[in-house]
Amino acid sequence: MESILVLTHTALSSETEADSGAVLTRASLEALSAGIELAARLGAPLAIGIVAVDAQSAAAAVSSAGARLLGVSGESFGQPRYSTDAAACEALCRAAQATIVLAPGSSRFARVAAGIAHRLGGVIDTHVTALAGTTTIEASRWFYRQRVEAVLSRDARPWFLLLDSGTHAAFAGDPAPAQVELVAVQLPQPRTEVSGLRAPSHGAQTIRPDAKLLFVAGAGWTKKQPDGQTHVTEAADLILGFLRGSGASLGSSKSLVDQTGENQQVLPFLTHLNQIGQTGATPRHRKGLSTCCYGEEPHVVGWRFISERRAINLDPNCGWARGKADVVYIANAFQVMAELNRLLNPGP
Amino acid sequence: MATALHIVVCAGIVPDPLQTLEPAGGPGAPALKNEMALPAVLDPWAASALYEAAALVAKNPGSKLWLVSLGPKAKLQQVMMTVAQKVAFELVPIDGLIGGFPDAHSTAAVLAETIAALPGLDRERLLLFGGWESATRGAGITLQLVGERLGITDQFQGVDQIELRDDGSFEVLERVEGGKHQVSVCAGTPAVLGWATGNLAEPRNNPQIGMANMRAIMPALQKATPASLEANGLHYISVALPKQQRTTRVVKDLTPHEIAAELAAWIGAE
Repeated sequence: MESILVLTHTALSSETEADSGAVLTRASLEALSAGIELAARLGAPLAIGIVAVDAQSAAAAVSSAGARLLGVSGESFGQPRYSTDAAACEALCRAAQATIVLAPGSSRFARVAAGIAHRLGGVIDTHVTALAGTTTIEASRWFYRQRVEAVLSRDARPWFLLLDSGTHAAFAGDPAPAQVELVAVQLPQPRTEVSGLRAPSHGAQTIRPDAKLLFVAGAGWTKKQPDGQTHVTEAADLILGFLRGSGASLGSSKSLVDQTGENQQVLPFLTHLNQIGQTGATPRHRKGLSTCCYGEEPHVVGWRFISERRAINLDPNCGWARGKADVVYIANAFQVMAELNRLLNPGP
Repeated sequence: MATALHIVVCAGIVPDPLQTLEPAGGPGAPALKNEMALPAVLDPWAASALYEAAALVAKNPGSKLWLVSLGPKAKLQQVMMTVAQKVAFELVPIDGLIGGFPDAHSTAAVLAETIAALPGLDRERLLLFGGWESATRGAGITLQLVGERLGITDQFQGVDQIELRDDGSFEVLERVEGGKHQVSVCAGTPAVLGWATGNLAEPRNNPQIGMANMRAIMPALQKATPASLEANGLHYISVALPKQQRTTRVVKDLTPHEIAAELAAWIGAE
């Protein structure tokens, strides 16, 4: 019979103001929802493992899940770091003796989960988007950068499954005082110190994972316009104006970001962190608006998890017109975005 | 004072991103249709790792760079004809399966065994590089597993920058949620760094570097050790392309103002 452990962690103290380092991350609560569903389906016992400075406080949010609560506490766990996180998770897994370990695919756990699986003689799959099966566990995940979807199972145990964020609703039970079994951890002497988080140094923070809308800027923004000139400054103003008015997150095609390294005139706020697609991120937003992009396969990959998609393009034969977007407007993006900004940012 | 580094880059080969992919072989032994015929490139994020590694080697005299790559010999040779012109390295080829479907744990075991046996490698000076995820399996676990097998417990993933200091320590920027970087300082080698894009542009082709590299690459390819990858109890139940063909409305006859009004309403709608 299977037994399930859901590994969770708190946010880094400066990650979000609301979390303050004492609250479990949303991705952790999503993994817990997945664990509760799976435990109910398999009739398996469920445990929750918490990595936090103060696991007892953090556990209040999940006490109503009705699961065994295990935790590691200490200042060392306030910083995401391979050596200490791996030791903490290894100790929690050994204490829980679970056959299935679910965890959020956060940067923190993605850094260490494979190492822990190896230490426990187990196996791991990441970027899991769904868990199915009644007697066995069938995990769905994408291969070839979201271009091929597979369902797989494994015989080996423990089996670690890292879940992509946004694939399950976050657990939302009433907070209540909880009794946590604190697990002792043999910590190695850390050789790595985390000094904090750094935002891109290009001014505006343009990546907003919680935004409803993803705005994608393609290479066309820096190409010559009908007057034979480039208008990069105007493009930058239009894009930033739209981000201000709409609250959208900014994604970019690889070609536009790569111009930074090719000494071409570039949009100053773009970095590789904005890049989506084959060699970038595959973000999850409800809506997406693409401008000056082309419908090549690498771009489509970046849009895989966008539910409602619209695009503005001068080319009616663009790949977007072939079943990738819901609506394609054949128009000059400079003109449309200027009008759109007037509607979204009405003057005094 | 410069630090002499031993940098090992693990990099696979992947189908050119512009190619259309189609699964074949069924769930028992999934593969891509015409996989061996598809043009291949060095895995993009691993290629970033290779260029960053070469830049570090250039800045730190006495350093050495190995490129460990697992794939069919013929495909490796094809890809190396291009990669070898970019930066100088010693190729350590392993003749094995191509693609994203073989088990990552088996791949990691083969890579770790190969790296551990590299002649002249000083593991105390080792920086193990690779892409943080491949463009095939995309799991982000292989490099981590290799690191664990080699006993390296300072690991960083989604790396965009490393800055070596005079005392041998280094600062690393890793991608985390929200478009930010986590900043860490590691006391020194050995360490594992899974690279994202980094900050370097792709080096221009240099035929002289290519000629020098290929003199060693061809004999290495001929002597490439064959590796078999065990399934480790991994079963594929289905492998398929996503069915997401949309009915697209192509709007050609609206003014920019009308389009903007329609978009504003769409953006504002719940």
